[in-house]
Amino acid sequence: MNTIVEGFRGFARYLGGVMGADAYQKYLEHHAASGHRAPPMTEREFWRDRTDRQDSNPQGRCC
Amino acid sequence: MSSMPGGRARTTDEDLELTPDPSLPPTAVDEAVREAEESRWTPTKIAIWAAIALLGGVAWFMVAIIRGETVNAIWFVFASVCTYLIGYRFYSKVIERYITRPNDRRATPAEYKADGKDYVRTDRNVLFGHHFAAIAGAGPLVGPVIAAQMGYLPGTIWIIIGVVLAGAVQDYLVLFFSMRRGGRSLGQMAREELGVIGGTAALVATLLIMVIIVAILALVVVNALAESPWGVFSVGMTIPIALFMGVYLRFIRPGKVLEVSLIGFVLLMAAIIGGGAVAGTEWGAAFFHLDKVTIAWGLIVYGFIAAILPVWLLLAPRDYLSTFMKIGVIVMLALAIIVVRPEITVPAFSEFASRENGPVFPGALFPFLFVTIACGALSGFHALISSGTTPKLIEKERQTRLIGYGGMLMESFVAIMALVAAISIDRGLYFAMNSPAALTGGTVETAATWVNSLGLAGVNITPDLLSQTAANVGEQSIVSRTGGAPTLAVGLAHIMQQFIGGTAMMAFWYHFAIMFEALFILTAVDAGTRVARFMLQDSIGNFIPKFKEHSWRPGAWLCTAVMVGAWGAVLLMGVTDPLGGINTLFPLFGIANQLLAAIALSVCLAIAAKRGSIKYLWIVALPLAFAAVVTITASFQKIFSPVPAVGYFANNAAFSKALADGKTEFGTAKTVAAMEAVVRNTMIQGWLSVIFVVLSIIVIITGLIATVKAFRNEAAGVAHADHEDTPVASRGYAPAGLIPTPAERELMAEWNKLPAELRLERSGHH
Repeated sequence: MNTIVEGFRGFARYLGGVMGADAYQKYLEHHAASGHRAPPMTEREFWRDRTDRQDSNPQGRCC
Repeated sequence: MSSMPGGRARTTDEDLELTPDPSLPPTAVDEAVREAEESRWTPTKIAIWAAIALLGGVAWFMVAIIRGETVNAIWFVFASVCTYLIGYRFYSKVIERYITRPNDRRATPAEYKADGKDYVRTDRNVLFGHHFAAIAGAGPLVGPVIAAQMGYLPGTIWIIIGVVLAGAVQDYLVLFFSMRRGGRSLGQMAREELGVIGGTAALVATLLIMVIIVAILALVVVNALAESPWGVFSVGMTIPIALFMGVYLRFIRPGKVLEVSLIGFVLLMAAIIGGGAVAGTEWGAAFFHLDKVTIAWGLIVYGFIAAILPVWLLLAPRDYLSTFMKIGVIVMLALAIIVVRPEITVPAFSEFASRENGPVFPGALFPFLFVTIACGALSGFHALISSGTTPKLIEKERQTRLIGYGGMLMESFVAIMALVAAISIDRGLYFAMNSPAALTGGTVETAATWVNSLGLAGVNITPDLLSQTAANVGEQSIVSRTGGAPTLAVGLAHIMQQFIGGTAMMAFWYHFAIMFEALFILTAVDAGTRVARFMLQDSIGNFIPKFKEHSWRPGAWLCTAVMVGAWGAVLLMGVTDPLGGINTLFPLFGIANQLLAAIALSVCLAIAAKRGSIKYLWIVALPLAFAAVVTITASFQKIFSPVPAVGYFANNAAFSKALADGKTEFGTAKTVAAMEAVVRNTMIQGWLSVIFVVLSIIVIITGLIATVKAFRNEAAGVAHADHEDTPVASRGYAPAGLIPTPAERELMAEWNKLPAELRLERSGHH
């Protein structure tokens, strides 16, 4: 049973990674590691910033 | 940018001045250890590869040589997977060794430009999925279906061999070279490597090609949704669902991507089921029953609004939904084919393989089969993705082989599955669905009579089968539903109902398939319009600087309107074409895509030559030569062929003459207005072909000139300009492939022993 739950968790983590759900976590890690003095953006601010930057920097999707 | 003296020596990385941090373990597996590991053939390893080769050989034999009544679909799976494995293990290693020569001691852009946002080191397996989701869409699902007109074998061979020698090579090289340049775009690389003329031609060609590709993808959606109340309702519902998801992510629970995707998925399923109920009611059937022209206009208006709305509201949430569906659908399709193992009755080579008057698409097998199947074998569009987001996320240089080459193999597998789904349905049904209404007459009786009159071996279709299939999938008619999507949906429904649900579930599976294809295409249309608008804004900005300000609304709206107008015009032309839009326009789509591949490969050729890979340059030259020959031949036939069905101008002349002779109907055009439309359309299509081929020839020639220059410099020992970013020593380690080798494991263990504060790179911002 535990292995099934673990497997499912792993799959969800993988899917989340593919879809970019862990972007904020990665941003925090980067922020902490690079020793910025300013506090990091909050989760809400981060996602806003992320989609707003896509507005001016569009990425193609393939056929 | 760095340029160092000494031609070849510059890029053989051994003498790069990369000073590793002495407090860290090595950032790459020792060269000698890796070499030894790769060249050591243990008995188990030999046995495994012998088994793969044997199974692949048997599978190819079953698919290509044995001529029984039927062939089981499972052989397609084995033939493709075994070939991919061999191509990946052996051919891509050759490319790695002699062309790309990755160096793990060098930091990737994700490391030296790390910003926590765009440049983020990403786990290789996650990035593989991410890259795959970005390159795969409706293309590999549509082209193979249309190409099935020629029988299954030509398409199968091209998809499998083409990807190993051409498509995956292009994706891998573009990804690697872009990564070495900090994630620069294909356009920027073309400008640097090919000079102003080549670069400008590449830019203009890319812009035009995007317009054509978006228009024809949109045409596929229009054809799938026309006269289908169920489809219109459920696909229409994706808009409010995406808007809801956007608001949810922005205001209610920011960052809960998986959660909102799951909610979206449930709503999507509800929309498909609800669509059946709505289409069953009288008002629903009346309200959502739209003709092609109305849907095309709807799509144009939608395209404009979607491209000027903020990304968070519509594009981003739909992208999540589409990624979610993409992975789910492909896993499901693979499972279903393996479990159901349908028997294929379609001949290896059909009657149309040796003719050039096929009803689905005109033209001879060479070159038109090779442009009809673009995505899945060789897709130029991927070069735009491989030089976009992915190179900014790569953790280690050696991983580019898995992500670039491996990702494309995966897309090829999707194309094979689409082909299997399409050929698993009755052949008569296939031709009744994929031939234009001008030939089938549009009713079940006329379609059955026409298909039976083709004289195809083993084809004897009844009007009953056509109406029964339509009823099973919940449509009013399936006659002349061209564009590939409906055929794939019928094929998928046919396979899936044997897997889950039986005939009662066929309508659900059909609309499920239409839904995900529409979802992929709408995302591509929206994103394509945005990218094209920015390219246009930047180009105009060279003359009127104000246009370069992306936040300047009038400029943004004007450029969006221009791009939507451009693809909208081509779309309307296809929708109203008396000859059947897919039939005349799809070759243009394939030609455009392959020309983009030729452009990307020209850039790669020039770069590879400058890096001194002269002896192994054939690896790039081979797919470039093939793509160039195929597309230029196809373009020339489209321009100069005297056969009206093939040549745009020949058709134009035939219809102009008929009009001049005062005829009121000619061929499939039944009115003077229709004849005039043909004259207009063929003229536009003809000139588009001319512009494409001229621009591409310019790019290819400038690429060859750059290559020859590199040869000469090499011979004379002169250094050439190198546009790679300055090398920086890496401060981290990750294995290259899916499964780490023993040496890689050892090194990983060493890194894992390191105290946490030393493990993350600390370079960059402070």
